[in-house]
Amino acid sequence: MTAVRWDEKVMKDVYIEALLALAEEDSRIVVLNADLMNSDGTVKFAEAFPHRAVNVGVQEANMVGMAAGLAAVGKIPLAHTFACFHARRALDQAYMSGAYAGLPIKLVGTDPGITAAYNGGTHMPLEDVGVFRGIPDMLVVEVVDTVSMQSLLPQVVRSPQPAYLRISRKETETVYERGQDLNLGKGVVLRPGSDVTIAAAGLMTAESLRAADILAGRGISARVVHFHTVKPLDRELLADCARTTGAVVTAENHNINNGLGSAVAEVLGEECPVPLHRIGVQDRFGEVGSVEYLQKTFGMTAADVAAAAQTLYENL
Amino acid sequence: MQATDKREQLERFASAIRIETMAALGQLGFGHIGGCMSIVELLAVLYGGVMRYRPEDPGWPDRDWLVLSKGHAGPALYAALAVKGFFPLEELKTINQGGTRLPSHADRQRTPGVDISTGSLGQGFSSGLGAALGHRIDGRSNRVFIILGDGECQEGQIWEGALWGGNAALDNLVVFVDYNRQQLDGYVMDISPMEPFARKWESFGWHVQQVDGHDVIAVDRAIEEALDASGRSSVILLDTKKGYGCSLAEGKTMNHHMRFSKEEMDQAIHDWKIRCGEVAP
Ligand SMILES: Cc1ncc(C[n+]2csc(CCOP(=O)(O)OP(=O)(O)O)c2C)c(N)n1
Repeated sequence: MTAVRWDEKVMKDVYIEALLALAEEDSRIVVLNADLMNSDGTVKFAEAFPHRAVNVGVQEANMVGMAAGLAAVGKIPLAHTFACFHARRALDQAYMSGAYAGLPIKLVGTDPGITAAYNGGTHMPLEDVGVFRGIPDMLVVEVVDTVSMQSLLPQVVRSPQPAYLRISRKETETVYERGQDLNLGKGVVLRPGSDVTIAAAGLMTAESLRAADILAGRGISARVVHFHTVKPLDRELLADCARTTGAVVTAENHNINNGLGSAVAEVLGEECPVPLHRIGVQDRFGEVGSVEYLQKTFGMTAADVAAAAQTLYENL
Repeated sequence: MQATDKREQLERFASAIRIETMAALGQLGFGHIGGCMSIVELLAVLYGGVMRYRPEDPGWPDRDWLVLSKGHAGPALYAALAVKGFFPLEELKTINQGGTRLPSHADRQRTPGVDISTGSLGQGFSSGLGAALGHRIDGRSNRVFIILGDGECQEGQIWEGALWGGNAALDNLVVFVDYNRQQLDGYVMDISPMEPFARKWESFGWHVQQVDGHDVIAVDRAIEEALDASGRSSVILLDTKKGYGCSLAEGKTMNHHMRFSKEEMDQAIHDWKIRCGEVAP
């Protein structure tokens, strides 16, 4: 059985704790925000480091452009807004002023995918991973729980590369043991298995572990691998999984186009073609509703993952 | 109509919008209450006399267009539309529920009476300018009314639009800024002040007025003047209070998106009814 459980702490609180600890050590860290400080908790950072925090107001493009300038003078800027606005409203600034110019800006995008829930389709980023994956040098990381955030945040911050960090600000399900260390760019086998691989990210990681339980009940041994780093993707681990299990299901909180599923398909195609099924939003726009409603509507439950894995396995 | 009759009629309509909005959000338990409350009187004036529309035929080609660029105030707009009969009042209970026609942010593909989809601040302004331009190109008489937030005006896109719109002299357009002095993280003055706000718009070539946004007659007169000001695009800065008329939100610093119980909201509705004289204290 899986050890998935709801975290007693809300992600944004733990995120700010971690960020404050980093900022104590590294005076280069500067936090930018575009009128969402009370939403994502960075207001606490502003209280602790008033001179290293700026709320620019509702102006994401200016914020990301400013981040590039801060990076140019040696700061480590972390620019915060909802993931949808990073991907859609400030993309040119991230691309040209940031990545193209070789400046390690750090973009922190909250409310990934269907966790935007009641803010509805306009606020539901289902393209952000794809958008940032298309920018050279850009790291694309999605933390799944507070443990993975605590381990990966320092690595993202200290990396000489520009980075996009996709993060929930709400309650999360924990899939790691407290204090577990993860390595940027390295996938993690959360559950061993030999019949089929489930490659998961974000919110769908816990669903995938539950799917593995369902599959176990049907006599199918599913390996669950967490890819917190979508770019660069852990090609070696993925190819090994494909070779040893013979089929791959991807599970992501994103459009199945251009996100983890696409990244996996690219690697499989080049390294080890095996049957593949992509679970996620099937090229639709987001809509308003609870996370549970959206998971059902978009076919993103553990049952959906299990059914896809079973079909692949039975047709091998 | 006598001015007093008109005031009474518009205030009654505004009160209905306010109460329906509070009730809908109250039963949901959360929502953008502050920014909904501050535009209630404006909605009442627009839908209570100024705008041409047919509830039974939302796509009527000669209708006026309302663009709620601060799209998070959707629930207040839905309440106005429901009171006017675009859809049943009952439907307000579905706001934000899975499968609803009334999502948190205004959506032209779902809601009868909504012509432009909004939610990402700044964008409704440009879409509205485009709609006004399109009507002008076609020589049509439709008018476009756009509602902006003051925090929203921090977006660069607003000032791109202001530059273009000021030069374009759109006679069929009136832009409103809900100048409630607050945004999500607090007071506009503390985050990125807009003053001198009126002078900014003036310098971009706009016909500018600034009036009490909770005084229905003042708003109505300003709209009349704006529409009369031919050869200029018009903007009206509405001095408003975020959360106005909702005792659990008005006067609070953090009143953008709030959580509340149904009982708390029922109390706030009761407080409003006393305040506007609908029930005895
Ligand atoms: C582009 C964009 N950035 C951020 C947000 C999140 N957001 C929604 S409302 C809001 C504050 C808006 O303030 P204002 O325009 O003054 O609205 P009001 O106070 O009238 O509700 C913010 C930051 C958004 N919807 N769109």
